Amino acid sequence: MTSPASTNTTAPESESVSAAAAAAFATPPATSGGHRGAPVGSKSHTDGAWQEIPVQTRSERFTSANVGDFDEPSGHEIEWKLTPIKLVADLISGDLDGTVVEPTAEAVDGYSLSWVSRTDERVSSAGLPEEKASANAWSAFDKALAIDVTGETPTEFIVKRSGLGSDTARAAHTVITAEPNSRGLVILENSGDARITENVEIVVREGAHLTVVSVQEWNDSAVHLASHFAQVGRDASLRHIVVSLGGSVVRVNPSIHLSGQGSNTEAYGLYFADSGQHLEQRVYIDHEAENSRSRVKYKGALQGEGAHSVWVGDVLIRQSANGTDSYEENRNLVLSEGTRADSIPNLEIETGNILGAGHASSTGRFDDEQLFYLQSRGISEEEARRLVVRGFLAEIIQQIGSEAVEERLSRAVEAELMIAAAGAAPAAASDAIADDTDATVTA
Amino acid sequence: MSTLEIKDLHVSVDTEQGAKQILRGVNLVIKQGETHAIMGPNGSGKSTLAYAIAGHPKYHVTSGSILLDGEEMTTLSVDARARAGLFLAMQYPVEIPGVTVTNFLRTAKTAIDGSAPPIRTWIKDVKSSMTALRMDSTFAERNVNEGFSGGEKKRNEILQLELLKPKFAVLDETDSGLDVDALKIVSEGVNRAKSNTDLGVLLITHYNRILRYITPDFVHVFVAGQVAESGGPELAVQLENEGYDEYVKASAAAAAAIASAEAADAASGVAAVAAGSPAVNA
Repeated sequence: MTSPASTNTTAPESESVSAAAAAAFATPPATSGGHRGAPVGSKSHTDGAWQEIPVQTRSERFTSANVGDFDEPSGHEIEWKLTPIKLVADLISGDLDGTVVEPTAEAVDGYSLSWVSRTDERVSSAGLPEEKASANAWSAFDKALAIDVTGETPTEFIVKRSGLGSDTARAAHTVITAEPNSRGLVILENSGDARITENVEIVVREGAHLTVVSVQEWNDSAVHLASHFAQVGRDASLRHIVVSLGGSVVRVNPSIHLSGQGSNTEAYGLYFADSGQHLEQRVYIDHEAENSRSRVKYKGALQGEGAHSVWVGDVLIRQSANGTDSYEENRNLVLSEGTRADSIPNLEIETGNILGAGHASSTGRFDDEQLFYLQSRGISEEEARRLVVRGFLAEIIQQIGSEAVEERLSRAVEAELMIAAAGAAPAAASDAIADDTDATVTA
Repeated sequence: MSTLEIKDLHVSVDTEQGAKQILRGVNLVIKQGETHAIMGPNGSGKSTLAYAIAGHPKYHVTSGSILLDGEEMTTLSVDARARAGLFLAMQYPVEIPGVTVTNFLRTAKTAIDGSAPPIRTWIKDVKSSMTALRMDSTFAERNVNEGFSGGEKKRNEILQLELLKPKFAVLDETDSGLDVDALKIVSEGVNRAKSNTDLGVLLITHYNRILRYITPDFVHVFVAGQVAESGGPELAVQLENEGYDEYVKASAAAAAAIASAEAADAASGVAAVAAGSPAVNA
């Protein structure tokens, strides 16, 4: 499944499925997905190694809020095979502390913050776990942090979490709800120590425009597993941004369901994996409703021995999603030897009546010709590298929409580069791995 | 008065088959304010000379010197050479995604001068140079060379030449691929730089079309990695009428000698790599 990447820089390898071409594959109705239904599975139904025929269609993956419904992962399952599960075993199936940890947030008009019980109607409104670590958190949390967005003028709301401790394995649950026609920007900032598995539910009601940014600037030893579930309503729009810079193992998996007609999502991600860091993101875009639109763009830089990034982008265009317009891409920039970037786009199309669906993935090393060009203008090698990497990642940072946060993250990315300049030797041949594209059309 | 002196320069280039000798003893002396045209057939080593002067990591100086006012350039890094006053206008400028022309120019100017340029005069300088090169003001906010046409890339090179004010500029086939209007605009830019900063120019070209707009003081015919003949501007006219055939034939005997020398070089080139030549580019 993996193949050595070209050592040249980012020659984009892209592919798009035109509506006409996809029409040729139009299929009879498929069984509907169970992502919001009651758990119907038993242990034997779990996706992965225990089945003779693995579940191929993303919508048919088993879901349950109960940790007991999932088998202990062996590490061969599709959702775990690229994750160092030994390092997160306690979060997957161990006992978790689900007590509340108060975040820091300055009050802003148009946003409210409260702790709600497990039976609150906002809980389970956006999705259910597809894997055991997510279900473990769901089973263990005490109260959910509810963030309600009600304002109609764009402002920003920053919720900070820090000092969760490195001794206790924790569970957390957050529900973010954007009321109809509201406008909001919610930034979740994570720093300090942590061992945490959590779920974040995001509901964007009709006509609302919401941006949710999750920033991981954890300490070096932190471990963080997160599943985000989003429902985007009629004519609503969700911009979802994952920024992962710090932490030992950080895995943030957003599943965005475009469940309302004319719904829209833009899912962006930025990661910078240093030596020994594992940064993973599995993005799932589920086109359920007609005329829905999605754009996915994740960009990452890798440097140092053992730096590992994983990007999996699943896009499902259901039979019901006529007029879908979808595009996803992942770009990796390799800055030193000894890194590994897994990049796996998957596209499932169940209807031919779409505007477009495409994907692209590339993993390339730092371009010597760019370096030469900049240096030939007097710019030092370190400065030249900084310019190029900053330029590469700026595209994502600029999507956040908060000047102060953008500025701070730009500096954080530069700080990562300084670590590189001090530590790693200049890039030579790398072990970059680019998983090739798996485009499947379900029959 | 600065002088750029190239003495008995031998240069090899990395290829998939190993190191290949391209320059075989180049001698040139360029004084500030002078324009030297280097003309020659394809494959004669003209661009190799340009890259070797700038310090591209793929090109290795096996012997000889590049001296700027007596200071050895061949041991300096690419950026140090630029800061010393050398400039290369590239034949194929690369794209730098995510880096705007404005940001790039300011960063380069700061690096060359050792301090940031005073903001007001800098903006004025950039604007007036862009206007003179008929570059739309939207260029400033575009990413360096990204989506630029061939002519736009060349104008962007000359913009940098005007703003960075080097002592010596190597123009590597800056005229190639330009229509006559763009050729005039680019040539005017070079002439402005010459009169404003007493720039010394090493103008590498395949055709003498550009010499109608940039008058050379000296013309050198480059064949098989060496200067085969030097003369005044009249030599360019003669080349236009007669082509390079005569020189290529005249050096046929030399070429044979070179071919056998190449075989020997290839063997010693391998040895040099095995010995751990530090400049080998992975």
